[in-house]
Parts: sequence; structure tokens; C-alpha cells
Amino acid sequence: MDIKLKIWRQSGPKQAGFFEDHRVEADPHMSFLEMLDVLNEQLLEAGKDAVAFDHDCREGICGACSMVIDGNPHGPRAGTTACQLHMREYHDGDEIVIEPWRAAAFPIVKDLVVDRSAFDRIQHAGGYVSVGTGSAPDANTIPIGKRESDQAFDYAACIGCGACVAACPNASAMLFVSSKVAHLSLLPQGKVERKARVRNMVAAMDAEGFGGCTNHGECEAACPKSISVDAIALLNREYLYAGLARD
Amino acid sequence: MKLDAKIPSGPIGDKWDKARFELKLVNPANKRHHKLIIVGSGLAGASAAASLAELGYDVDCFCFQDSPRRAHSIAAQGGINAAKNYQNDGDSVYRLFYDTVKGGDYRSREANVYRLAQVSVNIIDQCVAQGVPFAREYGGVLANRSFGGAQVSRTFYARGQTGQQLLLGAYSALNRQIAQGKVKMHPRTEMLDLVVVDGHARGIITRDLITGEIRPWAADAVLLATGGYGNVFYLSTNAKNCNVTATYRAYKRGAGFANPCFTQIHPTCIPVSGDYQSKLTLMSESLRNDGRVWVPRNKADVNKPPNDIPPDDRYYYLEERYPSFGNLVPRDVASRAAKKVCDDGYGVSKTGEAVYLDFATAIERDGKAAIEDRYGNLFEMYERITGENPYKTPMRIYPAVHYTMGGLWVDYNLMSTIPGLHVLGEANFSDHGANRLGASALMQGLADGYFVIPYTIGNYIATHYHGEVSTKHPAFARAEAEVRERQRKLLEIGSKSGSKRKSVDYFHRKLGKIMWEYCGMARNAAGLEQALAQIPELREQFWDHAFVPGGADELNPWLEKAGRIADFLEFAELMCHDALYRDESCGGHFREEHQTEEGEAVRRDDEFAHGAVWEYTGVGTKPALHKEPLEFENVKLTTRSYK
Repeated sequence: MDIKLKIWRQSGPKQAGFFEDHRVEADPHMSFLEMLDVLNEQLLEAGKDAVAFDHDCREGICGACSMVIDGNPHGPRAGTTACQLHMREYHDGDEIVIEPWRAAAFPIVKDLVVDRSAFDRIQHAGGYVSVGTGSAPDANTIPIGKRESDQAFDYAACIGCGACVAACPNASAMLFVSSKVAHLSLLPQGKVERKARVRNMVAAMDAEGFGGCTNHGECEAACPKSISVDAIALLNREYLYAGLARD
Repeated sequence: MKLDAKIPSGPIGDKWDKARFELKLVNPANKRHHKLIIVGSGLAGASAAASLAELGYDVDCFCFQDSPRRAHSIAAQGGINAAKNYQNDGDSVYRLFYDTVKGGDYRSREANVYRLAQVSVNIIDQCVAQGVPFAREYGGVLANRSFGGAQVSRTFYARGQTGQQLLLGAYSALNRQIAQGKVKMHPRTEMLDLVVVDGHARGIITRDLITGEIRPWAADAVLLATGGYGNVFYLSTNAKNCNVTATYRAYKRGAGFANPCFTQIHPTCIPVSGDYQSKLTLMSESLRNDGRVWVPRNKADVNKPPNDIPPDDRYYYLEERYPSFGNLVPRDVASRAAKKVCDDGYGVSKTGEAVYLDFATAIERDGKAAIEDRYGNLFEMYERITGENPYKTPMRIYPAVHYTMGGLWVDYNLMSTIPGLHVLGEANFSDHGANRLGASALMQGLADGYFVIPYTIGNYIATHYHGEVSTKHPAFARAEAEVRERQRKLLEIGSKSGSKRKSVDYFHRKLGKIMWEYCGMARNAAGLEQALAQIPELREQFWDHAFVPGGADELNPWLEKAGRIADFLEFAELMCHDALYRDESCGGHFREEHQTEEGEAVRRDDEFAHGAVWEYTGVGTKPALHKEPLEFENVKLTTRSYK
């Protein structure tokens, strides 16, 4: 299949970017990133600089890949990362527009590569249970209901890719932050530090320059792990509780 | 090169206790004066960085990913073993130890494996305390499953994403230390060389992958937790950026490399679909708990839709050949059996290199909902990649390179042959012998990081401390100059190669083909000699025609790749030397010269019950061999049988 590409090129964070046109011969069984590999191989054999994009596991779990495809973070298929998208979703002759995540808190490094270190810094602010190695009780000491545990898992499944930010008109990181807050606040192990956690993580998110949440719900639609916006409601509840608490 | 495994004396069950008492301690107030470098932030690296910082050491942790959370441990699916015996089904530390030594085909070190089984129970406790959402029963206790041929249910799991959840647990512990200023994290920073001062590992040279800055780092000890080298085959289930550079650079600086030919081929991966293929995707081994593996009994049926082939015309080859283990035989056995039926012409799919993994029986028995609950996310993943629905038509699978048991040689204390250089997780060679059992990689990575290195590193610091070393020492300048020179050469090839230029991936793919053909699932002396002739030629072509665009002082993914592929092109030779030397079949290493009439592996314990440890002697020259004899005081060497 003959595919036309419009790809964002930008040589560095301070340089101006532009769209560049390319054509590539793709196979329907190729993954989307394999199609980009073919393009890059063409560029390199012509002695040109290839398109930089983040990728690693190529099985939808590391969260490295990060590109907006025809206006959708990770492309058209729901619950799917760009690396798991396959060319059978497209038709011969299609034109595809590829851009980086666009958010002030994710500065562009080069082409489609952005700097997502803000996400790590938010986690530093409280995305953990304070338990040192060696001081854990036996794993079956505290029973946890299957329902609570499964629910916590649904939120813990976040891969930290940033699609939620890229999809949000406010470039808010609420779904990312709330999925960690929700995961830990649903488990007894995480309850001990719940108040400090939600306060500190929200403060860190604000300090990084992410926008506020105005309930658009675009984040849930774009999330490759289909994490529900219920997490945001849970975060708001936790935040309110932490605000009303005495300590 | 002297190989002293430093195995504590005494009965196997007492060795670790004895070691922990005898290992010297560092005064708590002094720990902050000792700087440790940890390279890698996967299960082993992140757990070590967090645990050592908690103890008070001054830790610098490096990873080439943009965040430590993206290390390839994240992709492990199936589970983690632990001898908790929560199921009351006969498990014990001794049984996990025994199964692991046997599963490794008697090529691992007993004392290390026993310790691994002992600390396995602490790992689960630690992870649950961190908030890892393991699968649970309705009553609230932890669930287990049997995995990869184990006859007890000792595997803990978190849907098909156990590695992700364990890594996020370790990442969270690491984050807590970063927040407290005890770990300085350096993402997007790649180690390009090891610095050895007066025979001791005292630092590394790194490249900042964003700015291109090359700089030295000094420390009191260096820990490598940089994973395996499966990508030497180009196609593997490893993440695209996994590489051998850190361990290979250490090898070139004098660290012994043990059993590099021990690679694991995982039986259940999605088959190759075309030449553009960039990686292979694993389908968790847990699928074999309910899926039945078969090929058509008649060659005429290989192109027929599988559902049109009646039950009697299906050859359930694992169930027929191995009645007691059936579809759950260990990975090496299942992989070779798949290769054999495909080589014999019964393979399905357009390449003829695939077998069916069929869930129809399980769906009929337990209902679709139960199967969906167990494997829903894996079925979805399969459907995304292949466009086929595994609830309706059997999955197509084929073996693929998945894990490497070989690695840098380490003693009982996880120290390599270079004093001060410690090696953790998949990067070392110690625990899995010639074949790793399912759900044991996560266990080993976390055991090394949480519960072994925190004890053993103190002993090294307490007994070997030679005072502070600064990056002003000439050894740093020398190593840095070599790194710069190599980078200059890589960037220069493109300008000379003109119209003959090829991408670096072109050479990587070629190398992968050589390795898969001659050093893959089955090996023989003639083939390995072929590989040893072809690899240096390919390496020469690489240095003549590999085109690397861009410059050194910017984000340049092709320069990064070129350096890693250049190392693979040397390392591949080491692997083939080892495979040629090991004139026996054991575990994942199958030498066609040594098999029974039925095609089962034949070990040669009299000749090869040792770790083969290789010492670097120069590019293109045969490395020097050293042996660590393996003594089996507890487990009797028998022929593995899964019949």
C-alpha cells in the first residue's frame, strides 16, 4: 500500500518546526512504527537525517512511543499504543499526519521526541508507599478484597506515556496523577500516606505547568490502557478529604 | 584470571546465614561517604538503587531510557515464583531450589540457586507492601498459578503484566530515594565504558543522549544491571534498545564472560510476518496452562483453515511425546519440539514456521468468560498484532529469542572478576544454568537487588576501600579518549561510504540472520565455524559502509544504535566460540551432534559440568577459556525427563 506521510520535523527545542512530506510503501501486516522504520531506512540510504521518535518495547507496555497520528495520540484505534497500531487500519493512498505530543510541560527535544521528565518529578512527590526493603510483613497478613485489588490494578496499569496530556485541550496531567493516587488509595498499604500523597502530587503537577482539568474526558478516550476518568473523581475526593482533615 | 566463587562452606541451607554473618559491615555513619554507581534501572537496578540508598550509600543511577520506569523488565508478563507454599501443595525452598537446578539442566551454581529460593519469599512480602496489585482470591489472600512446567502453584502474578507492576513497585521505591536526595537519577544517559583503576572498577564513562556530552563518573564500586544480550539475534522479544554494550565493555576491560551461548528461546511468540519485522512479541507462557499445541497430522492440511481440520487429524505433539508434562514442558523442550515439527514440514502459516495454540477445549470446558478473565489482555494483544481472533481460531505461535542465561561471571557475592564490579539480574550468569524456568527472571532480578547486593556490597567496601578516587585520575582520561575516538570513527564511516552506504539496522539484521541460522535453536560445529567466518566479514563491511547521520552533540538515535551494533558484531563471535566449545547439549544449548534417537538433548557431565568463562584477548582473536567447576552436593545429576 502506498502511504503519504506528513511528519513534524524539528531539529531542537528552540528551533522552528515544520511538516515534511514523504511517501512510503507499506504492508498491511506492518506495525505503524515498522512503517516509520521503512521510511527511515529510505532516508538513511539517501544520506539524509532520519526521523527521531521514542520507542522501545514495541509491545504497548513501556510507554515510550508518543506520537499524535491524525490528531489522535497513539492513532485511531482505542486502547492501543502507536507501537501496537498496524497498517491494516489504513488503506492504499491514505495520507497520515504525524506530530509530537504538544504540551508546554513536554518540551520538544527533536522531531517526535519530547521531554516527559515532568512525569517522573510528579512521582517523586509521593507516588509510593514509604516501606524500606526488609520491613514488610508477610504478604498475606492484610487481606485485600478481589474487587478492590482489581480496581487498584485498573489504575496501576498506567504506562506513563503522556497521551492523556496530549489529548487534553488544557494539557492537564490529571489522569496520569489520579491513576497513581487512585491505585494507592484503594489499597490498605497506600492509605497511611493518602493525605500527604494527594496534596504533594497535585502541587507537583501544578508546578510543572500542566493545565487544570475541566472534565473534557479526552484523556480517557486517548488512554492506550483505557484508564477511566473515575480516577479523577477519586483524586478530587481524596484531595477534598485531605483538605478538610485536621493535620 | 582467577575464578574464586567464594561459596560459603557448610550445609546448603546454612550457607547464606553463614555468609551474612561473615560478610563485613560498613558503619552506618560512613555509608554516606561511599559512592556507588548503578547502571540500569530495571528490576535489579531499581531495587538495588533504592535498597542501597535506604542503607545510606550515596547512589548515582543511570539509564538510557527517558525514565527509569521504561526499563525492559516492564514487559515481563507471566509471573514471579516464590516458595511461599500458600497453596499447601508441597512446595518448599528446597523444592524451588531443586526445580531451578534441574530446569537449568545442571549448569548453575547450587549455592546461588538455594539462596535465590530462600529470599524469594521476602520478595513477595516487599512487593505487596509497596502496593503491587497481585491477583487475589475472593477471600482477600494472594492467588497462585502453576507456570512453565512446575508441578506446584508457586507463581504470583498481576494479570499478564507482572513485570510492569513489579517494576513500578521498584520504581516507586527508587522515587522515594530520589525525592530524599539519596539517589541521583540520570535518565537518557548511556554507559559507554568502564574505568578500572589499579585493578578495581572505579567508574564509568557516559554519554548524555540529549546533549551528547561525554563525561566520567568516579565511585567506590560499580554495579551493572543492564540486562541481557538477546538482541544479538536482531529479532527477539527484547525491547529495541536492549543491548550488550555495558557488559561487553566491562568484558573488554577484563571481566570474565560466562556461558554466552546459553540463550533461551521462548516457545510462545507471535511468528514473523515479513522482512520489515522489527521485533517479536511474546505471548505469555501461562497460555500453555489452557492452550493445546498442535500441527496438522497430514502435510496436505498445513494450508487449511485450522477449524476445518478434524480432531483426529491434529497432532498434539507435546501431549503425545511428553504425556506427564504435556503442553507444560519447559521452554527449551517446547521450543525444540516446535522447530522439529516445522522442519519436518508440518508448520502452518505462510512461512511454514508456526504451530497452533488452541483454546477451544478450554473454552468448552470453562466457558469463554473464564478464559477471558485469565488471558483477556493477551488475546487482545494477539488480535491487535495479527488481526485474528483467538477465541475463534487457534493462535499461531513460534519460538523466539527471549532471555540470555549467560552473562558476566560473578562470585557468590555478585562480584565479577574485576574487583568492585558487581553484576545483577539478567546481566550476570549465576542462577539459571543452561535454561531458565518460567517466572524466575523477575525473582532473580529482585533477589539480587533487594536482598543480596545490600549485604555483599558492604563486604567489598569494608574490605577493599582504597580511598577516594577522582575523575582526574589518568585512567578516566584514557577511557574517555577511547570513547570519543570510537564515536568519531562511527560518524566518519558515512562520509566515506558514498552510494554504498547502508543503515546500521541493515548490518544488525544481517548479523541476526547469521546468529539465528548457526547459533539459534540448534547448533553444530560446521555451522558455528561458518558463523565465525562470516561475522568478521560483516564487521568489516559495517566499518566501511554503515551510515550514521547527524552529529555527536545532539540527540542522535543512529549514533546510539551504531555503537551498540558495533559491540554486538564483536560479541557475536564470543557467543559462537562458546557454543562451539561446549560440545554437548544442555538446556537451551542444543548441539545436534549430541542427541538421542528421539531428538532429546544429551549432556556430557564428565567434560562440561562447568561454567565456561571467557577472557578478552583482542578483537577477532579467540578469547582465553577459564573454567569454574560446578559441584553438585545436593542435587543428583540425572537426565531431565518430562515424559
